[in-house]
Amino acid sequence: MQKALLIDPEKCTSCLQCELACSHQHTGMFNPVQSRIRVFEFEHGARAIPYTCTQCEAAWCLHACPVQAITVNAATGAKQVDADRCVGCKVCTVACPYGTINYEAHTGKVAKCDLCGGEPQCAVACPTGAITVSDPDTATHAINPLLLGRGATA
Amino acid sequence: MRHLIIGTGPAGVIAAETLRGHDSEAEILLLGDEPETPYSRMALPYLLANNVGETGTYLRPDPKHFQARRIQVQRGRAASVDSQAHTVTLEQGEQLDYDRLLIATGSHTVKPPIPGMDLDGIENCWTLADARAIAQRAQPGQQVVLMGAGFIGCIVLEALVARGVALTVVEREPRMVPRMMDQNGGELLKRWCESKGVRVHTGTQVDAIKADPERLSLTLGDGGMLEADLVVCATGVRPNIAFLEGSGIETDVGILVDEHLRTSAPDVYAAGDVAQGPVFNGGQREVHAIQPTAGDHGQVAALNMAGVDTVYGGSLAINVLNTLGLISSSFGQWQGVPGGDSASALNGEEFKYLRLEFDGDFLVGAIGLGLTQQVGILRGLIQTRVNLGQWKKELLRDPHQIVHAYLECNTSAEAAA
Amino acid sequence: MGWQRKILRVDLSAGTAVAEPLNMEWANAYLGERGLASKYLWENMDPAADAMGPDNVLIFATGPLTGTMSSTSGRYAVVTKGPLTNAIACSNSGGKFGAELKYAGYDLLLIHGRAPTPVYLHIVDDRVEIRSAQALWGQTVWDTEGWLKSHHQDTRLKVASIGVAGERGVYYACVVNDLHRAAGRSGVGAVMGSKNLKAIAVRGNLGVQVDQPERFMAAVRDTHKMLAESAGRKELTECGTDAMIDSMQAFGGLPTRNFQEVQFEGADKLNPEAMTEVRPNGHRNLLTNKACFGCTIACGRIAHIDKTHFTIVNRPQYWHASGGLEYETAFAFGPVVGVDDIDALTFAGYLMNEHGMDPISFGVTLAAAMELYELGVITDADTDGVALNFGNAEALTVMAEKTGKYEGFGQILGLGSKRMCERYGRPELSMSVKGQEFAGYDSRALQGMGLGYATSNRGACHLRHDAFAEDMEDQSGAGKAKPIKVSQDKTAMIDSTGLCLFTSAAWDVPEFQRQIDAACEGDWPESRLWEIGERIWNLERRFNLAAGLTAADDTLPPRMLEDPAPSGTAEGKVCQLDRMLPEYYELRGWTRDGLPSHETLQRLGLEESKA
Repeated sequence: MQKALLIDPEKCTSCLQCELACSHQHTGMFNPVQSRIRVFEFEHGARAIPYTCTQCEAAWCLHACPVQAITVNAATGAKQVDADRCVGCKVCTVACPYGTINYEAHTGKVAKCDLCGGEPQCAVACPTGAITVSDPDTATHAINPLLLGRGATA
Repeated sequence: MRHLIIGTGPAGVIAAETLRGHDSEAEILLLGDEPETPYSRMALPYLLANNVGETGTYLRPDPKHFQARRIQVQRGRAASVDSQAHTVTLEQGEQLDYDRLLIATGSHTVKPPIPGMDLDGIENCWTLADARAIAQRAQPGQQVVLMGAGFIGCIVLEALVARGVALTVVEREPRMVPRMMDQNGGELLKRWCESKGVRVHTGTQVDAIKADPERLSLTLGDGGMLEADLVVCATGVRPNIAFLEGSGIETDVGILVDEHLRTSAPDVYAAGDVAQGPVFNGGQREVHAIQPTAGDHGQVAALNMAGVDTVYGGSLAINVLNTLGLISSSFGQWQGVPGGDSASALNGEEFKYLRLEFDGDFLVGAIGLGLTQQVGILRGLIQTRVNLGQWKKELLRDPHQIVHAYLECNTSAEAAA
Repeated sequence: MGWQRKILRVDLSAGTAVAEPLNMEWANAYLGERGLASKYLWENMDPAADAMGPDNVLIFATGPLTGTMSSTSGRYAVVTKGPLTNAIACSNSGGKFGAELKYAGYDLLLIHGRAPTPVYLHIVDDRVEIRSAQALWGQTVWDTEGWLKSHHQDTRLKVASIGVAGERGVYYACVVNDLHRAAGRSGVGAVMGSKNLKAIAVRGNLGVQVDQPERFMAAVRDTHKMLAESAGRKELTECGTDAMIDSMQAFGGLPTRNFQEVQFEGADKLNPEAMTEVRPNGHRNLLTNKACFGCTIACGRIAHIDKTHFTIVNRPQYWHASGGLEYETAFAFGPVVGVDDIDALTFAGYLMNEHGMDPISFGVTLAAAMELYELGVITDADTDGVALNFGNAEALTVMAEKTGKYEGFGQILGLGSKRMCERYGRPELSMSVKGQEFAGYDSRALQGMGLGYATSNRGACHLRHDAFAEDMEDQSGAGKAKPIKVSQDKTAMIDSTGLCLFTSAAWDVPEFQRQIDAACEGDWPESRLWEIGERIWNLERRFNLAAGLTAADDTLPPRMLEDPAPSGTAEGKVCQLDRMLPEYYELRGWTRDGLPSHETLQRLGLEESKA
């Protein structure tokens, strides 16, 4: 089944529980710099936007990877990085037009949202319902998928 | 339907896979001139740095990948194309026929025309074979001279330092990576490399190389002399188009292709480093020898070959580089456009630099140093032509608000929709 | 784990910054944050030293749960000798700075000495620089944070800084982090200014680990759920602390016009309904609520001011949103100075954050000045021509700005109410204990609050105990010593975890215990946490005694002890401190002179502490 995160910035209080949960899930530490979801604050905190990969169909990162280190999880539809295979060339980080796959200097690899294998911990941790899990076929993303003019069939 | 693809780099491989995805019946032949399983040149520096083994460079790790998709991989080097007869003749004389042909032959290195370039101890770093040769020669403590601090040179640079050699870099242009960095960025990179113990000569070139009994002796344009146990040449690459002479397929720097990745010959397409195609901002066709363009080309060309009429939106020059831990990236028209505004933030002490170039309220180019998070949004902003509106003023004041600008411009666009 | 096991010691006189191992013996005995920093302060300075001199030590401290997934895990404390009180000062703050300091690898940051010229600290993990702050000296907190982020090209840099008030030694200058969260009380910002330290900019990449992750995450899940389901939490989320306005008004404990009255006729213009009311021109004060780091409550208010309001009509630099009214700011700019203009209050709040001042001490000092003015003790000649009448909203905002910029009569207000009232020969008009101004609760209506104010180690404070329920149930002075003593120990413990006191809306000691026990090595039964709380309280007391304070300082202004409350549920009552205090001393195991007995010190393992 295809899953995606549904994000409603209106409900975000920028508590960063999502970043804590994500980093703990993926590294065993509480370390927001290693979170694959990031909350951005605006105007003294009047607005906040949690932001992560939408698992877009275009899969720019996957197509840009020279060594097939990014694959689609058949169960969730998440595009996920195989850290053993990633050489750290970072091409995906400039290819992804959403900026949601990032290089981590301490591992020498890239990291992105993998939907935690189907139970995204950011959504579990979010106290306000700003992050929920949804079926992308019916959901509208807060950040619209961008059309880059590739593969636009005539 | 018989598809012939010349070249087993990313463009060729992605094209083959895309073809199979759209046509389960077609015959797909992938022709390569290197003995190895299709591999990525992008990964070679990591092989040199001992971060990965040779299998780690393979484009597709599964040994049965091509077989499972009934993509036939054949070793051979194309000698000529007869587009009228729909045939390709290999150097060994064999003739292959096709219904649709994709030329994805990539590029080859160019050595500067100076005396001594054919001496023993001078290596390119382009193929897996080159990498093996360098790995064998570049031992800890040895003097190594790297000719060329362009994109490829800088990637190799990291690997050479990781091998523990004493490295000197010579770049003819006045700064490092001149095609992706401006003066500020190039200077920061140079200072960074020097702080890591690499000697960097910019604005001069190697004029001649002589063989001493023990070592190579290099004469520089500025009169300086360098000694080396190994010289790695990374002075540039050119598209592999020589075999097309007389084929009638129109070429310039590379093979000229249209927005369907079609060449001037019927049923012949070109993709990747060899193709000179449409660019995003609608200017003259260019060769963008970068991984994302190769992937896009391969996919779009294959769709058209399979009969799915697909228009390519044009490639954007985007690059990312890791130079001894300093990450740099560049996007689009970072040199700026006439009449456009520019914003930059430079902190030389911390090796941080961000330059944004605008055309009206649109971002058209960017350079980043020391920037690793959300860098892709620079591509997104440029290529989707996001109107920055009120945010532009803020960006002129502090370019690092770019991610905030991106997020608000995109969410408010949805709100308006 | 829980702790990073490392502290950073900065000597601004010598220009050095050296990391050293955390003293784990102390961490095990004092937990973290407030307690652990108090221990380090005790061991690192002479309590009698000048609070504004180079021998004072300024400590920024995180707790073992700071930066973890516990709710409200963003807390840090600033501990030093406070210039307002000449007693131990411990001001804690939320926002995101504290967690970042922990992520940089430090449990505590100790700052000694005084820089010869203005500096700021730039900390990125192990890389620590003492950098010139010449470009920042004289700048506001907001401009300082902006400059640092821009200069270091890092929008995620976390900054704690002082404004001009801190630079110039306003006695209640605070340390502001993340634009509008503050280590607010006792003048810790003035200490920072006295050290020529403008700001601390920190970025941490190292993360925090806990001892038993699975047990910890189970505790987190359960305690999050408890908070989510609690009515107290819900009210904090929806109304912020400002909901207290209505209950204090109804109860008759809302200090009005410098505590001359206990109910304010304009209370309903400052309550949560007023904050959310949509005005005829469409303006609404409250925009949203906002959380500190890790907080699942989000009591913080984000407000904006009507652009046509007199305070900002020609000042577009204030047309943005920022931190809005909380109960204490509403009290301190509202009833106690007699002002009911919510936009003026909100603007005064902006100014406190922008210039780095404690709103409670400022408001209560201004209230004293207003009383002095109405009594004719001071006149327009003293006040730069501003009519300091109760209720004058313009006087509130003008004086807030003058004090923040250290201009004119603002310099006098910057002394705090005690020094100011002494200067004008009317010390009894200062509504303070040990020099620190009262919070927004009248101790004639809330008797235990009176005892809490009188015995708080940092001077008058509503957050050093938690006996509201008992106080509202029973307005006699009987039996107050125990709930005050017990809740003082408990809050001392909670303040040492790295979590926020407001979690006690749903949690009690067992909930803290579960999280500490899973996060930290060793066994952490509840009894150990209680003992730590009591140990901290007694250590603070010893610091104050060594600093020269005595039992005579455990008192309240005559207005609380002699003037009966004029209305409300406590009409006709005074605060019965004389009845409560001896009982309290006894319960604490202190002598009649308020000295911890030998047995008490021995029981708490304090007898071998530095004398």
